[in-house]
Amino acid sequence: MKFPSPSSAEAVVSITNLSRRFGAKAALNDVSLYVPRGCVFGLVGENGAGKTTLIKHILGLLRAEAGSVRVFGLDPIGDTVLTLGRIGYLSETPDLPGWMRVDELIRYTQAFYPKWDAAYAQELLTQFGLNPTQRLNTLSKGQSAKAGLLVAQAHRPDLLLLDEPSSGLDPLVRRTILEAVIRTVADEGRTVFFSSHLLEEIERVSDHIAMLHQGKIVLCGPLDEIKAQHRQFTLHFEVPPAKTPVVAGALSISGRGKEWTVICNGARAELPSVAAKLGAQIVGERAPSLNEIFVAHAGTGEIPVPA
Amino acid sequence: MQIHISESEGIPIYQQIVSQVRYLIAAGRLQTGDELPPIRVLAEQLTVNPNTVARAYLELEHAGIVTKRHGSGTYVSEARNAVTQREKTKILTKRVDALLTEARQLDVELSEVIKLLHERDAAMDEVAK
Repeated sequence: MKFPSPSSAEAVVSITNLSRRFGAKAALNDVSLYVPRGCVFGLVGENGAGKTTLIKHILGLLRAEAGSVRVFGLDPIGDTVLTLGRIGYLSETPDLPGWMRVDELIRYTQAFYPKWDAAYAQELLTQFGLNPTQRLNTLSKGQSAKAGLLVAQAHRPDLLLLDEPSSGLDPLVRRTILEAVIRTVADEGRTVFFSSHLLEEIERVSDHIAMLHQGKIVLCGPLDEIKAQHRQFTLHFEVPPAKTPVVAGALSISGRGKEWTVICNGARAELPSVAAKLGAQIVGERAPSLNEIFVAHAGTGEIPVPA
Repeated sequence: MQIHISESEGIPIYQQIVSQVRYLIAAGRLQTGDELPPIRVLAEQLTVNPNTVARAYLELEHAGIVTKRHGSGTYVSEARNAVTQREKTKILTKRVDALLTEARQLDVELSEVIKLLHERDAAMDEVAK
């Protein structure tokens, strides 16, 4: 597995050997990743894999117990003001002051950001169909997400950080969020980092991904490379194997009776001979989707269910 | 320009864009001199990464299918005819293969299939009149 090195591109976020424990549980275990400038970086992993813990380190809300975290080359704990001023953040459940009105939230947030673009905020307000005089605690879940997105975006942050932004939202609001991602990265030099368990979304908009599984990075790199490295093969057995066959070099195997599918990563030149030894023939080959790759690596056989 | 992206196919998204633009040209729905949507516009329309659209456009440009005019946009090239003949053959070959597979499964002779093609072609002419 090739990891992008910190020197290969200007890294907006660089995390080196980060570990974090909560009591007996290792929430993050020796995590290293680099987010190049100008990319959409997708962080995938099932619930409890450590995605939010990782994001909290980027925001400077958690101190690295072991390893280091750098954002724009700075320490997000020591230089909180400098780093947070350049980040736009939206969480799964935007923590908005419920007693405020939408226009008050905009004015309140504006005060924190010298680079606030009032015209852009107005444009987003119209585009999102938000009523400026409505109280935040009366907004629907979708409208709250849009309000959260508006204030995360209107200072044109260098890094837009979204933690499970689409969770529990309807397709129209999800689309609005994805369009914001695309618009941000289309703006020269801006970077998006977002976590999701909706792999179809990640696959559509990301150019780099990292996969977290039980606190460890199991895959990290350009999405195209990851997709090109993985292949799915269908094996046809003359005699149905009595139990699940063991295929050397395969990440996962599933099926029943005479036909089984395996997913391989990287070296697979030996697969035909491995299959022949098992009394099977390769009858199909295709590129797996990111979802299938994820399941193969997570090794649970369970497809992540959208919340 | 109608393009449909599927994540479940496993085919890289930029390749899906490339092949669908080629198809639209072959089908005559995009013609010489037509402008392709700007990268950002298509990216938002398809909700895909702008870099992916840029990569697809670059590939189409290298294949001589589109030309970038500096400071204006991306246009379907003049030299598309040579390419589209090959595209047309490629598209039809897939359909013909599917037809022949089905004919074999149904035990229908090739001569019967050819006869049927002529009949249907004549029927379409009738409708066109």
